[in-house]
Amino acid sequence: MARYQNMFTQVQLRGPLEAGPPLRDATFTRTGTGFYNYWLGKFGNAQIGPVYLGTLGMASLMFAFLAFEIIGLNMFASVNWNPVQFVRQLPWLALEPPGPEYGFSLFVPLAKGGWWMFAGFCMTTSLILWFLRTYRRARSLGMGTHVAWAFAAGIFLIITLGFIRPMLMGSWAEAVPFGIFPHLDWTAAFSIRYGNLFYNPFHCLSIAFLYGSTLLFAMHGATILAVGRYGGEREIEQITDRGTASERAALFWRWTMGFNATMESIHRWAWWFAVLTPLTGGIGILLTGTVVDNWYLWAVTHHYAPGYPSTGVIDPATLPGAPK
Amino acid sequence: MKRFTQRTALVAVGGLGLALLAGCEIGPKQSTQTGYRGTGADQIVDVKHAVKTAAIPPEPYPLPPDGGQKAGEAYQNVKVLSGVSTERFNHLMAEISQWVAPPEQGCAYCHNPENMASDEKYTKVVARRMIQMTQQINSTWSPHVQKVGVTCYTCHRGNGVPQYKWALPAGAPHPGSIRGDRHNQNELSADAAYSDLPTTGFADYLLDAKTIRVNTTQALPKYDGKGASVQTAEESYGLMMHMSKSLGVNCTFCHNTRAFAAWNLSRPQRVTAWYGIRMVRDVNNAYIGSLQSVFPDNHDRKGPHGDPYKVNCMTCHQGQNLPLGGVSLMAQAPALWGSVAAYTKGAAAPAAAPGPVPVALNAMPATAAKP
Repeated sequence: MARYQNMFTQVQLRGPLEAGPPLRDATFTRTGTGFYNYWLGKFGNAQIGPVYLGTLGMASLMFAFLAFEIIGLNMFASVNWNPVQFVRQLPWLALEPPGPEYGFSLFVPLAKGGWWMFAGFCMTTSLILWFLRTYRRARSLGMGTHVAWAFAAGIFLIITLGFIRPMLMGSWAEAVPFGIFPHLDWTAAFSIRYGNLFYNPFHCLSIAFLYGSTLLFAMHGATILAVGRYGGEREIEQITDRGTASERAALFWRWTMGFNATMESIHRWAWWFAVLTPLTGGIGILLTGTVVDNWYLWAVTHHYAPGYPSTGVIDPATLPGAPK
Repeated sequence: MKRFTQRTALVAVGGLGLALLAGCEIGPKQSTQTGYRGTGADQIVDVKHAVKTAAIPPEPYPLPPDGGQKAGEAYQNVKVLSGVSTERFNHLMAEISQWVAPPEQGCAYCHNPENMASDEKYTKVVARRMIQMTQQINSTWSPHVQKVGVTCYTCHRGNGVPQYKWALPAGAPHPGSIRGDRHNQNELSADAAYSDLPTTGFADYLLDAKTIRVNTTQALPKYDGKGASVQTAEESYGLMMHMSKSLGVNCTFCHNTRAFAAWNLSRPQRVTAWYGIRMVRDVNNAYIGSLQSVFPDNHDRKGPHGDPYKVNCMTCHQGQNLPLGGVSLMAQAPALWGSVAAYTKGAAAPAAAPGPVPVALNAMPATAAKP
């Protein structure tokens, strides 16, 4: 027998498609009327669309497509347009930023990093346009703009890595390459160059917020699922009209750890943890190379890195008559 | 029907999860603590896949006693080994033929059988220089090769040209274009241990003497000059990956990863490696570089830029932290020690490379300091 469930619902409602409230402040109307999809209904709402793309959305997708194409075609060219090698070596392929010899010049030959600058510009433009779109759509629905600002926090970290910090360092070469393994190896090399990023306190904060986010997500998700049988998933109603679901959830956390967030405040916890992850991370990146050059030595200076016994090994380069 | 699709989906998801595990190295691991607790100082060996020493060919015949006529008196055109007894000279020649020359050619790989003294074959000229190189390595580079030493076999392993070698990279095939340009990185290359780090480090560090260290020695930036770029850090990192792969060890074999640069936290193996880098540089410049005009213009001998093939860590080590598993062939080839007397006298402070000589540091102690 079919039962109503709050998540992964086994019963999918079918009826006239939901069109939503009339659009305000919009250039276009919504595209199509939407449709049902059984499989997507397994994970969320079975109704797909109608989508509102609008000017900002279309401009954003256009720039995203440009960035994607520039990166992909550069990678494809780097294997001499060989489709087999393109697929085989894809995780290794890259679009590299200009070398240190170009400094922070705006005019770099395309093959020497100019394409990287174009791709970075298109990607950043696309992200900012999408931010504006989420802002405008939220306003149009009479919502707050929390989603837009959370997205902006992520964009801040991307721009810090790819533009603000390279500008402060006076070199595009400080920026991240595009590519699957290349950007990961850049991360490791960046940490090694600046004396181990783990000793950067803002990196620590960022990790704390990142892990905290996953913890909060798990705790909140688990709590709501656990009280779903009492209608706990109707969180907004529970904020204004606290029911047994909310009471039980609160009691559970007070019993287990003495303190409980409220139906309302848990979402502020989650939002701030998520937003502070890239914000603190971005500050840590901004300080690296500009204010602190070797985080390990900085941590030793400030008694922040624990001391370990010396192994007694001496740098052979300091010995008299050592080979060069 | 619905149950069936659900089950199929479950199997598909499970299968995908297992497929993702294919990237893992499955098998028993042997882990040894090598430093202070809590610093991640340990060596993890994938026992099944660790490189085993291949069978070393037996000595052609037992080493004859020293004495009697010198090779320089018995034969003509003997320039390097003239002071060695004829019996031992012939013994070494038999060994070289076994270690280096292709079996079907034997002595004729280097010599004209009609006139053994002739230098007409370039391989003979190369072999003479290589003997000098081997003597130099065994006498002055003992901080790296220690008492094990090297012979022709350490690199050649029965091949005319050692299996692992490098030459200056071809570079971008179409200058000014992105076509085919990989910037000497982002390649599926064993030289960088299949990372996508640059392989330009061979030329910059193992031929030229570019500074490998990328960390500054003060916490705050100095504004009087620029430090190393992130690209240089990647290049240095690429060389380190090569060393790690060549020796079959983790980073922590030498370094304490909390501060790669700190010598007072490193293991003594790092000192051995430090001398090794300088030894390879010496070999590539003074010995292989000097043979530039001797080698034929042949892609078996020279790279795309016409420079002879050079050595790196892999040439000798071949995946083991002790080449040939630490077996020394020196007892059967004493002439390759160079001046044996000079070595034993100067062992504590060799003329060209003074400093503390680490003895048997490469052997991993089973009972490391474990406070």
